[in-house]
Amino acid sequence: MDSMTIIAIISIITAGLTMAIGSIGPAFGEARAVSSALTALAQQPDASATITRTLFVGLAMVESVAIYCFVVSMILIFANPFWNHVIAQVAGK
Amino acid sequence: MHLSPDQIIFWQLGFFKLNATIVYTWGLMLVLVIGSKLITRKLSTELQRSRWQNLLEIIVTGMNQQISEVGLKRPEKYLGFLGTLFLFVASASLFTIVPGYEPPTGSLSTTAALAICVFVAVPLFGIEESGLLQYLKAYTRPTIIMLPFNIISEFSRTLALAVRLFGNMMSGTLILAILLTITPFIFPIAMSALGLLTGMVQAYIFSILATVYIAAATRARKTEPEPKPENNNNHVNQKRINHG
Repeated sequence: MDSMTIIAIISIITAGLTMAIGSIGPAFGEARAVSSALTALAQQPDASATITRTLFVGLAMVESVAIYCFVVSMILIFANPFWNHVIAQVAGK
Repeated sequence: MHLSPDQIIFWQLGFFKLNATIVYTWGLMLVLVIGSKLITRKLSTELQRSRWQNLLEIIVTGMNQQISEVGLKRPEKYLGFLGTLFLFVASASLFTIVPGYEPPTGSLSTTAALAICVFVAVPLFGIEESGLLQYLKAYTRPTIIMLPFNIISEFSRTLALAVRLFGNMMSGTLILAILLTITPFIFPIAMSALGLLTGMVQAYIFSILATVYIAAATRARKTEPEPKPENNNNHVNQKRINHG
């Protein structure tokens, strides 16, 4: 295997792993947050505005972790710096 | 397949490129400015008013209410900045129903610019509210040990703001592009409807986070840790009552 194949294989596998592992944690966290917020809403419907706003802000915070993973995997697939480096070297030869 | 509208270039002259991000940002600015100019040209205080005025009033009063609920006392002062952020991000994702349009917030340059606006505006509002020295003192608030962490959090939340918005918008267009190659007809429509919802939620989150940051910066002075003698007194009183 030459270095291009190795880089391609490793980037694709890592992109998949990044998405898989990186979405489990935020998924659990968001599920817990939403279920607690639903309980709170059912107990105190009067405070729905505050609960909903806090829930959205908190969900955004939790979700940004998953978004980071997504951005990293997209970079690995579509804008891989190592891949570009190898291609530039091959073209230079 | 392209990752961001930066890669669509309409016109190029040497170093100067006119890509889709800039063009659609200008288009959005034109629509927002001319639209609000047209609507506010003939405002009425009568019972009979236009639908557009009603829409604008709902948006402005809603934003005012949201800002004051977060804890900023005079929402009119911050409405210009926060409302513009919200309207720009919201309309950027709302216009995806127009064919051929790419949301400019799907480019990291736009979202980084918006996040840097927040990064600059937060200290400005904080200094204006409580003075330079008081604002700087807020960085050492719990103890002096927290100083580097407070500074790091200032930068990391700016990065988070930019990457969050970019990731959400980019994922919306990318999922559509991928689905169009797999299941061309019905399913992309459902996903684009979901993308509209996500865009609205992201606009809300972006502006509410900016509001929360500004509120934290301006409130820094008022939350001085002060001893609470009332609690102790109550406790003593309770004890006395119990003893009595």
